Amino acid sequence: MSDARAKILSSIRQAQGRQALDAARRLDIETSIASHKPYLIPARAQLDTEAMRTLFIAKAEEVSARVLALEARTEVPAAVRALLAEMALPPILAVTPDPWWDGLDWGDLSIHKGSPRSDDMAGLARAKAGIAETGTLMLLSGATSPTLMNFMPDVHLVVLEESRLLGTYEEAWAQLRRESNAMPRAVNLITGPSRTGDIEQTILLGAHGPRRLIILLVKE
Amino acid sequence: MRSRPGGIKSNSHAAMADPVLREALAKLKTGFQAKRKIAAANLPEFEALRDQARDMKRAVLKDLDSYLEIFETKVQEQGGQVHWASSDQEARDIVLAICRQAKAKLVAKGKSMISEEIALNPWLERHGFEVVETDLGEYIIQLRAEPPSHIIAPAIHLSRHQVAAAFRSRHKELDDKRQLSEPRQLLDEARAILRQKFLAADVGITGANFLVAETGSFVLVTNEGNGDLTQTLPRVHIVLASIEKVVPTLEAASLLTRLLARSATGQEMTSYTTVTTGPKRAGDLDGPEEFHIVLLDNGRTAMLGGPFEDMLRCIRCAACINHCPVYGAIGGHAYASFYCGPMGSVLTPALAGLEEWSDMPDASSLCGRCEQVCPVRIPLPRMLRSWRERAFERKITSATTRFGLGVWGAVAKRPWLYRLLVDLGMPVLKLLAGKKGSLSSLPLAGGWTASRDLPAPEGRSFVTQWAEYKKGARQ
Repeated sequence: MSDARAKILSSIRQAQGRQALDAARRLDIETSIASHKPYLIPARAQLDTEAMRTLFIAKAEEVSARVLALEARTEVPAAVRALLAEMALPPILAVTPDPWWDGLDWGDLSIHKGSPRSDDMAGLARAKAGIAETGTLMLLSGATSPTLMNFMPDVHLVVLEESRLLGTYEEAWAQLRRESNAMPRAVNLITGPSRTGDIEQTILLGAHGPRRLIILLVKE
Repeated sequence: MRSRPGGIKSNSHAAMADPVLREALAKLKTGFQAKRKIAAANLPEFEALRDQARDMKRAVLKDLDSYLEIFETKVQEQGGQVHWASSDQEARDIVLAICRQAKAKLVAKGKSMISEEIALNPWLERHGFEVVETDLGEYIIQLRAEPPSHIIAPAIHLSRHQVAAAFRSRHKELDDKRQLSEPRQLLDEARAILRQKFLAADVGITGANFLVAETGSFVLVTNEGNGDLTQTLPRVHIVLASIEKVVPTLEAASLLTRLLARSATGQEMTSYTTVTTGPKRAGDLDGPEEFHIVLLDNGRTAMLGGPFEDMLRCIRCAACINHCPVYGAIGGHAYASFYCGPMGSVLTPALAGLEEWSDMPDASSLCGRCEQVCPVRIPLPRMLRSWRERAFERKITSATTRFGLGVWGAVAKRPWLYRLLVDLGMPVLKLLAGKKGSLSSLPLAGGWTASRDLPAPEGRSFVTQWAEYKKGARQ
């Protein structure tokens, strides 16, 4: 369909009354893209660390996520066990194959690492960032982090280290550019559990993705 | 391309006589409208962000060719394939070829208005593919074999009872005595059925909210998570996007993201905003092996550089639809087009021809609420007027209307004649109204008086009184 390509590009040029941009003008555009110029950033999310933590929790809870504060990484298995018991779910858990979990004592929890299976009720993943502005989690796809963990199990458990809390989306993009050589296949910005309003505009949680989103906010 | 026979006028009568539809549309006020108002008020920068979004989109449209070329290069660098389609037919052919190549049987779809625009489902079905819509609203209307009545809430016109009836008639394999009176029961049934479809699908097709030139990514926003399952589980993923969706950077996408959900549903952020770049990577545990993007023109480049260019800023939030008093009275199906409300009334004639669609720009009171709420400040009323002028110039407007407008024009341009007729007409109307003081029918204005009375004028015209007042003041 290269005909269509030429046709579309030439229609655009014709409508704008010009030829293809000359090299200098084209370079201007590429330079401007590479500069990642931010637009207006809401004052709401430009905060110190403590206020950012408070805002993140408030915003996440506003969209029906549950936030549980933990002191240390080692508390994760017990917290998950208690949560599953509370929800009357079997002590079975799909866990992302992330080395961050290495050395944790899962006790009597039956865990399997990798992609979630279609009958997994609960899955555990680790967020790359938390964005306080809207209580949003950022998860990246990759060898240690299957995207499906965020969408298949009924209960989505996500560990977020407090050191990974950011104010705004722009800070998350900057962090991503710093830490990754290329864009991962999928960047998932998740704000609350799955929902729909498609029947009589009634909001219901758990449309196709998780019915529950539980964030384990870990201090160290 | 009409989704149903008949024009807006005749459709509207049927729509307004439908009590279920009226009840459904009445919820717009307490729903989308009220929620948008709160969301906008809670972000002090909202108005300034609207200005920036308008300016950013304007700048991209000016150099759209370069942004598309840069985007294409980036997609290819990540192993994705870019397909260009001038027309709806070219887009259908491209998608069909990909599905055939994939030896697909089942195609799962995320919600896409481009797919409606190019009438993709009937095309794929005609060629032997099973196509399943996965957005709950889209799934419901697919079961009922009807088009969406709203661009973000496709089944907004239905009651839960109608949804239950559709499920009972189409989910034959399930127990006929099951309870389906609550929305939760309906949702759970759809979730279970569609989960199996996601797992079985060979090809996933989604739309795109934005394309990012910087990274060659596309951004998809859903509340249900169906878009993510659609683009992660099947082996092949096809993105349908129109060319004006491209933005420069992730920052520009975030600018629009801050406006999109607030304007649409009144959420601060949609549940899932996903930035996807190319197919599955080496080492990835999931994701599609093939990643295709179809870039569709279908009349859009013809809008550039003209009076309708501003429409290409549209981010499909539906704020204009949610706030339109005409949409609120007749719903989306009455427009009979794939796009409805103010945005649809400007866009449809541009994409599908004014000759067939001139009744859409007519179906507006030009009250201006659409422009007031548009996150990218599209001058919708101005463009609706432009279409009306064109319809008049091209003699598409009916002879009767043209004659009436001609007479009106002749009178309105001659103040002495206008005043004379007003001074003569007022006592006549008063006389006709009699003691009641109002008229329940008027020749040539039957449409207006069919649902209300015209209060008869009292005394003399303003112009006459004003002249007397000034005369008195001078003395």
